[in-house]
Amino acid sequence: MDLFEHQAKELFAEYGIPVPRGIVAHTAEEAHAAAQQLTGRVVVKAQVKTGGRGKAGGVKVAADAADAEVKAGQILGMDIKGHTVHKVLIEEASNIAEEYYFSFLLDRANRTFLAICSAAGGMDIEEVAHTAPEKVAKVPVSPLTGVDRARAREIAQAGGLPERALDGAAELIEKLWAVFVDEDASLVEVNPLILSADGQVKALDGKVTLDANADFRQKEHESYVDKASEDPLEAKAKAKNLNYVKLDGSVGIIGNGAGLVMSTLDVVAYAGEAFPGQPKPANFLDIGGGASAEVMANGLEIILSDPAVESVFVNVFGGITACDAVANGIVSAFKLLGDRGEAVTRPLVVRLDGNNAALGREILRDAALPGVELVDTMDDAAKRAAELAAVGA
Amino acid sequence: MAIWLTEDSKIIVQGITGSEGTKHTLRMLASGAKVVGGVNPRKAGTVHEGLPVFATVAEAMAATGADVSVIFVPPAFTKDAVKEAVDAEIPLAVVITEGVPIHDTTEFWAYATAKGNKTRIIGPNCPGIASPGASNAGIIPADITTPGRIGLVSKSGTLTYQLMYELRDFGFSTAVGIGGDPVIGTTHIDALQAFQEDPGTDAIVMIGEIGGDAEERAAAYIDAYVTKPVVAYVAGFTAPEGKTMGHAGAIVSGSAGTAQAKKEALEKVGVRVGKTPSETAQLMREIMQSR
Repeated sequence: MDLFEHQAKELFAEYGIPVPRGIVAHTAEEAHAAAQQLTGRVVVKAQVKTGGRGKAGGVKVAADAADAEVKAGQILGMDIKGHTVHKVLIEEASNIAEEYYFSFLLDRANRTFLAICSAAGGMDIEEVAHTAPEKVAKVPVSPLTGVDRARAREIAQAGGLPERALDGAAELIEKLWAVFVDEDASLVEVNPLILSADGQVKALDGKVTLDANADFRQKEHESYVDKASEDPLEAKAKAKNLNYVKLDGSVGIIGNGAGLVMSTLDVVAYAGEAFPGQPKPANFLDIGGGASAEVMANGLEIILSDPAVESVFVNVFGGITACDAVANGIVSAFKLLGDRGEAVTRPLVVRLDGNNAALGREILRDAALPGVELVDTMDDAAKRAAELAAVGA
Repeated sequence: MAIWLTEDSKIIVQGITGSEGTKHTLRMLASGAKVVGGVNPRKAGTVHEGLPVFATVAEAMAATGADVSVIFVPPAFTKDAVKEAVDAEIPLAVVITEGVPIHDTTEFWAYATAKGNKTRIIGPNCPGIASPGASNAGIIPADITTPGRIGLVSKSGTLTYQLMYELRDFGFSTAVGIGGDPVIGTTHIDALQAFQEDPGTDAIVMIGEIGGDAEERAAAYIDAYVTKPVVAYVAGFTAPEGKTMGHAGAIVSGSAGTAQAKKEALEKVGVRVGKTPSETAQLMREIMQSR
């Protein structure tokens, strides 16, 4: 999960990392009130989980509270790369002497952590890394040894930070490492990291990505979830413990195993190219190994509550799960949904393969559920589901 | 012949007394794998499903001669379980557990490296390794394929099963599920190298998915070192940017990690990439038939 800038900075502040004073506002009026509580000029910053907001006009300096209200009114509701601005951060403007870049992140390829530091911050760091790689220090960090003050200072030096910034930067980097480890982050980034005119090193921006696998020991991370921007279907699926991602097509997808489901989306999109309107997958839904009747019913319910769905493709390979159990799950799911008053009205294409596939198919044939078609192979089933979606649209 | 897991492999299960550990211990035994014991410090000295339970991996190895450990412990305890296996210097540790925090995996990998990498780690978040007809360490269904001369390495469990099933008339030397997490022990490259060196393997199926650049690096490795035919499949062409697709490692970040880039990298070095799993199986079928 990515955090908003203001959440990242609140987290930084808890670890003693200097950040500008700031207040979150959801309306222009709140922005006015916030600016009145702060000192001097303020910066109004769109809170969106995407880069490039400055270029998009999502960051503006305001001279006073009245001006902050006007600027907040302009920024709130803006669309930045598909993200609607629901809130702004009103922050005291900093007197910037120099801008640097710093991050800790996971280096997947080398299976270790990496510190990236550069005196050339405040701009597109990827561009700098590309055109002037010597200006960007990439220092591997072992999880066994970590980063203490001395190591932090070495990293800052390697990044080319000037002598006068080193003490402040080392202290900040050491604390940032604590955030990275103690919060189970896979990324903490500060761009720009600034040296202010009065010689203080501060985090002027903050980006943090938290590892969802660590939620079991990071209970407070739940409070960071952005309920306002959450897709309602995804939220509903999450409440039922389903691994669901909403997409924008018309073929609902249910499968078992992340790789097979990802592959199913691709095969459906590929098959859809041949039909009018080029039907695409409507979602990702992995029902996992178990595939009980209840999980199947919950999955079908979520998918069918998406009005864009014209057909559904159930693609199961019976590995550990036997296909007869899956078939029984589908039969029970139809009954469960009927009892809930949500009878299945859109066509369902089912492909069962692997363990007990013949038995599973027999169960479905005998049940003769309305709108359910059995197709032998994954490729043919994808074609049929796409065709049905094209007809339904 | 096979890689890393043979009919002589002696397997212990860390977390043997849990529900998943019990279920899959029985499945491995039923498939003919030599499971010789388990580890659970709180139940040491007892017998579970007819197998002795030991306090530590080291004790289990000393008593049974085990050389493979399959790890089913919950995510919160996986790091310590792997470190214990590394300390005992067991040759192969297969980590099935899904949902291990990335800091824990990175730490046990660093730990294994510091200890000289005497233990091959497969996973986490993987289905394990199966050498059909010889042995089975993990949760790969034993009855969906036959022994043969195709090697398979994959990030995905169910896609592994799908390909093993579609090519069951040719059969497999070994299938390795390396797992879908951002940080894993054994990589595509490790398996490609082992298959290249294995006289029992004629051709290789490689299954990748979005996220990271493991497939691109595997392509470079194939170009330089692999002379056996390789066919590949990559999942996730339709995955939207920034969304995790089931597997923790399956995420497209900006322009990096896309399925298209992986496909192009593989095709550039002469690897044929199937558009669907079945088409991939068909490509392998043609290679095996022409031999």
